[in-house]
Amino acid sequence: MDRRHFLASLSSPLLASCDFERGKPVLEGKLLGPDMALGHKLRDNKFAAATQTQRLPIAIIGGGIGGLSAAWRLLKRGITDFKIFELEAEPGGNSRSGASGTIAHPWGAHYLPFPTVESVNVRAILADLGVLLGDPSAIAPRYDERYVVGVPQERLYVDGLWQESVLPKIGASKRDFEQYKRFDELVERYRRLRGADGAKAFALPSALSSKQADIRALDGQTLRDFLLSQGLDSPRLHWYADYGCRDDYGAHAHHISAWAGLHYHASRDALATDADARSVLTWPQGNGWLVQQLSAWIKQRAPDAFAPQSPCVRLETAASYADIDIYNAPQDRLTRYRADQVIWAAPAQVLAHVWANSPAGLREAATQMEVSPWLVANLTLDSLPIDAGPVGLSWDNVLYDSPALGYVVATHQNIAIGPGPTVLTYYWPIDNEPVPAARKRLYDTDWKVWADAIIAELSRPHPGLREQLQHIDIWRWPHAMARPVPGFLTAPIRGLLAGLTRPLSFAHADLTGFSLFEEATYAGVRAADFAK
Amino acid sequence: MRPALLFSVFVVASCGLAYELIAAALSSYVLGDSITQFSTVIGTYLFAMGIGSWLSKFIDKGLTARFVQIELMVGVVGGFSAVILFMVFAHFTEPFRLVLYGLVFTTGVLVGLEIPLIMRILKNEVEFKDLVAQVLSFDYLGALAVSILFPVVLAPHIGLMRTSLLFGLMNVAVALWAMRLFRATIGGGRWLLAQGAIAFVLLLAGFGFADKLTILAEEGIYADQILYAESTPYQRIVLTRWRDDIRLFLNGNLQFATRDEYRYHEALVHPALATLPGARRVLILGGGDGLAAREVLKYPNIESITLVDLDARMTTLFRTNHLLSAMNKGSLSSPKLHVVNSDALIWLERNPEPFDLAIVDFPDPSNYSLGKLYSSAFYRLLEKHLSDQGVMVIQSTSPFYARRSFWCIVNTLEDAGLKTAPYHAYVPSFGEWGYVIASRRDYVLPAKIPVPVRYVTPETMKTMFDFPADMSRIPAEVNRLNNQVLVRYFEEDWRRVMK
Ligand SMILES: Cc1cc2nc3c(=O)[nH]c(=O)nc-3n(C[C@H](O)[C@H](O)[C@H](O)COP(=O)(O)OP(=O)(O)OC[C@H]3O[C@@H](n4cnc5c(N)ncnc54)[C@H](O)[C@@H]3O)c2cc1C
Repeated sequence: MDRRHFLASLSSPLLASCDFERGKPVLEGKLLGPDMALGHKLRDNKFAAATQTQRLPIAIIGGGIGGLSAAWRLLKRGITDFKIFELEAEPGGNSRSGASGTIAHPWGAHYLPFPTVESVNVRAILADLGVLLGDPSAIAPRYDERYVVGVPQERLYVDGLWQESVLPKIGASKRDFEQYKRFDELVERYRRLRGADGAKAFALPSALSSKQADIRALDGQTLRDFLLSQGLDSPRLHWYADYGCRDDYGAHAHHISAWAGLHYHASRDALATDADARSVLTWPQGNGWLVQQLSAWIKQRAPDAFAPQSPCVRLETAASYADIDIYNAPQDRLTRYRADQVIWAAPAQVLAHVWANSPAGLREAATQMEVSPWLVANLTLDSLPIDAGPVGLSWDNVLYDSPALGYVVATHQNIAIGPGPTVLTYYWPIDNEPVPAARKRLYDTDWKVWADAIIAELSRPHPGLREQLQHIDIWRWPHAMARPVPGFLTAPIRGLLAGLTRPLSFAHADLTGFSLFEEATYAGVRAADFAK
Repeated sequence: MRPALLFSVFVVASCGLAYELIAAALSSYVLGDSITQFSTVIGTYLFAMGIGSWLSKFIDKGLTARFVQIELMVGVVGGFSAVILFMVFAHFTEPFRLVLYGLVFTTGVLVGLEIPLIMRILKNEVEFKDLVAQVLSFDYLGALAVSILFPVVLAPHIGLMRTSLLFGLMNVAVALWAMRLFRATIGGGRWLLAQGAIAFVLLLAGFGFADKLTILAEEGIYADQILYAESTPYQRIVLTRWRDDIRLFLNGNLQFATRDEYRYHEALVHPALATLPGARRVLILGGGDGLAAREVLKYPNIESITLVDLDARMTTLFRTNHLLSAMNKGSLSSPKLHVVNSDALIWLERNPEPFDLAIVDFPDPSNYSLGKLYSSAFYRLLEKHLSDQGVMVIQSTSPFYARRSFWCIVNTLEDAGLKTAPYHAYVPSFGEWGYVIASRRDYVLPAKIPVPVRYVTPETMKTMFDFPADMSRIPAEVNRLNNQVLVRYFEEDWRRVMK
């Protein structure tokens, strides 16, 4: 296209548009979150006694990734007589998704890095769902192209400009770049490091990491202190470290264990054929796609497995069985099941709360866990957001120096020609105040206040955003994910959860102390293998 | 009288800055390199203002009348500056800079005259120190107002052409107002008033006809007479005519010229369809002009054509306009043809039907959204819509101008598990153009083309499937959604050609 043609495409809006601002309709949206009424009822534990008791070989409590992975594992072993009791109407937990009109979007987890060689079960699940093609144990498997993030993958808004990649380059000094390089080398060293026990220093799933004492000693300090002790003090590098911790754990690097913070960077060494190793797997509805496909896979083999809106409100274990009280919310009825094996795939704090004869110390250990609150907003726009500059809209659009992380474009993976509406999923770990205050704010703040804050923040890179906006739906996650603070590796809760075997095994990502798809699958499969 | 004049200083200053910004913005759009454009335009402008201020000392008599006339001149010259620049740019390439700096200079001189004159008009009324303080502060305030309004409201919402006309009107309004204020002392009353009225009417007309002016500017850009122009939600459709040759432009890119489109469309359809005597069902993706469908309908064995084109305006236009439906021989009204206005991919995902031939006539892969339609993922999906003997044919940009892009498409089809037969045809309006036939079997040249044609024959086809050394296969990566190499190749290839 030469300049004249360029002008031809340009001149029409430039010359002829006469679109004075008209009165805009009032912006609307929903404020969503976990079922508060049911939550309170669960907390107060005021239920009528169960009217009947039924026998059940295996009960899975919780239909998040942990619970679904456990079910997948049971079915792979040929076991079909289990039920999945889930509190919410839909499975998925933190990996749930929704839709705005016809546009699917995530409500929580939105991507999966290429699984490591050690993530055997994640790879096997992906192969069963047609995402991984060919041999799941290959060093560099091939993945269906539609699910590998399309280019451009990510960009960062910094100092009023967009740049490619999330490591801040605009405005970075020579010193910053030197420190980036040193950090990179440090991570690379840890990526290759193996302990005396032969295990990787940082493996994914994390339970397969080396137990060597000096590596695990990294858990004794925060990532921030660790970086400073290495002479790494560049503010931009620290922003980057904060970004990684907030993305995965919902808290800044000065809260997060150095072991966990380094794990984020050093454990992801997976390769893929015909794709850059730093690409990720993603779908319009994020990991909600995996939830839907995995649920369908399970339903096909165990049609009656799912029991939605059926939280477990009480658990009592005996030597060879466990009694669980399941509250059927729509019918307001309680049923007691006597199960040979209970696979607990709900958060540890819920377990501590409902387990009537829990072992000594579990309750206290569970309350000591720090859990990050999050807010996720889905913004429906009538067209793609507009901004200036040569770096085009990417899948992940990160904001430097922002209370939030940025947004992901839900329609990025679509192969569509035409312009049309889109949804931006905005991620906001509420972490610049203590957790109880943040959680209270999450409960108490109006939709309008959140919406205004989000619009203000996103109008920095996109001044015309408000004009394009159709509505904003907001989801509050008061107890989103365990926070791996220093000492989390050796916290009492770890031993207590890992020690559960029969008739109760633990299948939630809380098992290892941080919330990732790979961790939940690891926990789910492990717990399922205790069932006879 | 004094507040009124001070207010006019404010207006005059805003107008002055507005013209400067318009010229700088316009030349940045047109010539690129905004730093250079802004800095040279501003420099020229300030220099010209200096000259204007100096020249003001030669004006001795009839200060107010001169002031009014200068206002009128600024209004007309500045007001029409954007229009003039667009027209000049659209119709002649060379003198653009000359006209640009000429206009900037003229406006600068005239604006430079304004403030000294106002000060002299007011000097008998106000003490000198107050005069300087007040006039200059209103001058700078006016500049501030426009510098904020211009990027936020004016340029994006009103457009450069209307903005400049609007400020022209404001200048003229100041002149008319001054005439009224000074009606007692001003000379040449009636004649001056006539001048003011003429300027006002001219600018007002320009404002009202800004849309027409756009088209006039476009006509220059398209060189030929514009038959039709419309902006749909998806693209800008422009049809031009020069003598017998009708051309279609989408977003400024030439799609076809009637003079030689038969070559393009025969080459797109016949090499594939002539090998499929049993073909009954054809899918056309893109091609809302109905020209590929016209070729397909020549085969009596074809029972149905499904044409998927995003833009309903395109298909309606080519079905209803007699000039255009004559061109596609009414193909879009054929009972065998079924138009679907939808995104090709969404439609493919929702419809399992198999086809004997899929003709893919998408725009060139000039951006990421179009690049996705040339990806291995897309071809894998399309392959699932081919019947057992089914074939697809892809318009694949020019193997001569965009050689790597062309072979990248071939590689991508092969990566999707298809056997390919690349070929090319000479279409004078485009140059050498490329296509790829892909299917699960090896392609065999047809012995004859069983329908009437003007260009594609078994003899020409032999050369079409032969690639001379300057277009022969070169290494290229596979275009995947997660690398989009084709968009990069395409950009690089064509940039080289444009130089
Ligand atoms: C905003 C956000 C973004 C994230 N992004 C990513 C990402 O991009 N990639 C990634 O890998 N991870 C991400 N995560 C982490 C995510 O938590 C894990 O990937 C994974 O979904 C955890 O699964 P889980 O099964 O361990 O836990 P949960 O998802 O917590 O599942 C627990 C389930 O138990 C149910 N439940 C609770 N109480 C009861 C009860 N009493 N009875 C019955 N059921 C009950 C819950 O409703 C829920 O469905 C994100 C998390 C959040 C909050």
